[in-house]
Amino acid sequence: MPTLKIDGIEVTVEPGTTVLQACEIAGKEIPRFCYHERLSIAGNCRMCLVEQEKAPKPIASCAMPAADGMVIKTDTPLVKKAREGVMEFLLINHPLDCPICDQGGECDLQDQAMGYGRGGSRYQENKRAVTEKEMGPLVATSMTRCIHCTRCIRFVTEVAGVAELGATGRGEDMEVTTYLGAALSSEISANVIDLCPVGALTSKPYAFTARPWELRKAESVDVMDALGSNIRIDYRGREVMRVLPRLNEAVNEEWLSDKGRFSCDGLSKRRLDKPYVRKNGKLQAATWPEAFAAIAAKVQGLNGGEIAAIAGDLACAEGMTALKDLMSGLGSANIDCRQDGAKLPAGSRAGYVFNSGVAGIDQADAILLIGTDPRKEAPVLNARIRKRLLKGGLRIAAIGPKVDLTYPVEWLGNDATAVAGICNGAHAFAEVLKSAKNPMLILGQGALARLDGAAVYSAAKAIADNCGLVKDGWNGFNVLHTAAGRVAGLDLGLVPGQGGLDVAGIQSAAQSGQVKFVYLLQADELDTSKFGSAFVVYQGSHGDAGAHRADVILPAAAYTEKDATWVNTEGRVQLARRAVAPPGDAREDWSIIRALSEALGKKLPYDSLGQLRRRMLELAPHFAAVDRLTPAAWNVATAPGTIDGSWGFVYAVTDHYRTNPIARASGTMAECAEVARTGSVKAPEKMLVATNG
Amino acid sequence: MGFLDRTGRTLFLAELASGMALTFRYMFKKRATVNYPYQKGPLSPRFRGEHALRRYPSGEERCIACKLCEAICPAQAITIEAEPRDDGSRRTTRYDIDMTKCIYCGFCQEACPVDAIVEGPNFEYSAETREELFYDKNKLLANGDRWEYEIARNLEADAPYR
Repeated sequence: MPTLKIDGIEVTVEPGTTVLQACEIAGKEIPRFCYHERLSIAGNCRMCLVEQEKAPKPIASCAMPAADGMVIKTDTPLVKKAREGVMEFLLINHPLDCPICDQGGECDLQDQAMGYGRGGSRYQENKRAVTEKEMGPLVATSMTRCIHCTRCIRFVTEVAGVAELGATGRGEDMEVTTYLGAALSSEISANVIDLCPVGALTSKPYAFTARPWELRKAESVDVMDALGSNIRIDYRGREVMRVLPRLNEAVNEEWLSDKGRFSCDGLSKRRLDKPYVRKNGKLQAATWPEAFAAIAAKVQGLNGGEIAAIAGDLACAEGMTALKDLMSGLGSANIDCRQDGAKLPAGSRAGYVFNSGVAGIDQADAILLIGTDPRKEAPVLNARIRKRLLKGGLRIAAIGPKVDLTYPVEWLGNDATAVAGICNGAHAFAEVLKSAKNPMLILGQGALARLDGAAVYSAAKAIADNCGLVKDGWNGFNVLHTAAGRVAGLDLGLVPGQGGLDVAGIQSAAQSGQVKFVYLLQADELDTSKFGSAFVVYQGSHGDAGAHRADVILPAAAYTEKDATWVNTEGRVQLARRAVAPPGDAREDWSIIRALSEALGKKLPYDSLGQLRRRMLELAPHFAAVDRLTPAAWNVATAPGTIDGSWGFVYAVTDHYRTNPIARASGTMAECAEVARTGSVKAPEKMLVATNG
Repeated sequence: MGFLDRTGRTLFLAELASGMALTFRYMFKKRATVNYPYQKGPLSPRFRGEHALRRYPSGEERCIACKLCEAICPAQAITIEAEPRDDGSRRTTRYDIDMTKCIYCGFCQEACPVDAIVEGPNFEYSAETREELFYDKNKLLANGDRWEYEIARNLEADAPYR
């Protein structure tokens, strides 16, 4: 372990650490533009120059490995002069258009020019100007501002895995550009906006709308996929302005999917802001008491078996707790949170979570994907698999239709029976799993949401048992969910009780008239035409599929508008804070159900969020461990069955940008979906006029 | 002696005489008051009166929605909303000043990088209702058009000292 001296402070660091990292350990801040912890080292901005004793000139600390006995100085006149020189060169071609630049106020170049610059320029000649590049509907470019740090190129190539950005020319003529002006095809492309240290790449939907100092922040959790990426909601007044990722090494590192980042404009469109009651076939605006009275009139006289409830993908744990208690109060066992019909067992927690944890991917040395397309279902998780693959020593195989996952995969064919083949050792990949130290399988919802899903599930479980996926300190049986509310629903037991019906059962019973009342809690991803003549109550935030079929609509808050608990696919319990108030009469899920319970004469015993959360802890004690993973015991019971090999897997997410009501209401997501469908951008919009005076 | 002195002054009405002398002296001096509103006092080029949004000579509005004036305003009297205009340039869709909040400190014009928001020489804009003092973008641009000559002259006069 090399020991070096930095400004007189002796530090001992891991071998392979760079001088810059060693300086950080010693508590010395080194300015930098091109260096980023999660990207490869480029060493081209030269801002991190420090003085090394006995070296003839200043060294670029980001690219210099720390060696034993080094003596580094970061506060000498030489270093100051070097930084001033580099900064002056960087600013030669940087337009001083900070007032019209969206990065203004959160710009590394601004900050570091203040901190390390000379305060004036000696450059009299004309500045360089570069034409704007088209990078799709999310990333706005202003390439004149580019300082050629190449962070974006490295991110897109290394992390996102789509080599679509590159640089042409050299020196002053260098330009960062997409190949043939195509839009970035990655699902996490917008992270380049955060990475760009200047205002060359900025957010297109957020363009010019707000300044960072006007925004207030709320820490929340992304619900666009089941990964539960940590986000920060920036809002002004009653409006969510933007969503940014928050650092969480165990979940999303510092990345966020484009859908999580940009679907927020859907929060203000197609919102349900008052209750509606269907009268003479038409939905008419009503008050809360009228809506409750309409429901109470219907529920009166129905027995428990005639009532059913379905919780959807965006239902939070609080709402589902209240729904479950209301349904048991009404004497109904017909409740389900698996609206896609996935055959997930509810009893044992290890059977439906991502047991190894997302961080466990970093240790895996063999991964089997079954019926899952992680690139579409959880793009940030896919990037993590890719990161692991790039480190070497990992074999990945997949069963399902061939797709581009941004990394090479051994495709074992789209044959559902191959799962059985691996579990009885007939398939060659079984040996790979057996010989691996940390083998892992990732089971997608596409493999479970089919008629023989239970058989596929038990075969996958048999793989885990037979191929040694579950051992001391390691559980490689991973279920990748697509719905943010699913794991919480299963934890809280929103599955059919004794003699209860699941989603398919509820629908067929509704069509045959056995079920007369269906309560949809944020449930839109199911065929709403299959409820026969049942009386449907829809509680949700957006006027989507469920609201169209509903007889009574109860407007609810969206995920940015409530303090809520979310459980991600690994079973990590995370708290989201409320950013803005719900529109109009909309209320939080649990408080609607609580008020309705009183109207139905089955008053629920909680009046505050605190009381409700105490009830939640009774149902699922591990909810107390917020932001920690609680390992689940491996005692999963499966039902034997035969896999139908006549048809292959269909992935759960085909239209990545339109998987939930919020994303479907978002104009930005519609543009992304269009670009993804046609593979091209619209004719380049009118270019930004150079307004630098 | 003091007694004699005081009594003498009282008898000969000395205070009255010197007071009247002062009064009559002012009768022959130049008048300090002006006949407002027909006459007005002099204004410094730095006078901070009613706000105006200026335009370039081409007619293009100067304001680029950088929001620095909004940020610096100590009374939080300025509200700005912005979005890309059709040609892609950064422009305000809303620029409101609550003149009842404004304390006329002039920070907004100091902060403005393009000399768009200025406090002009006009101080005669009293209104009968509060609502009339909630200025919007149109009102401010109209002010700028009306006072452009004076504003430009003032800025020029003050330029050497900046």
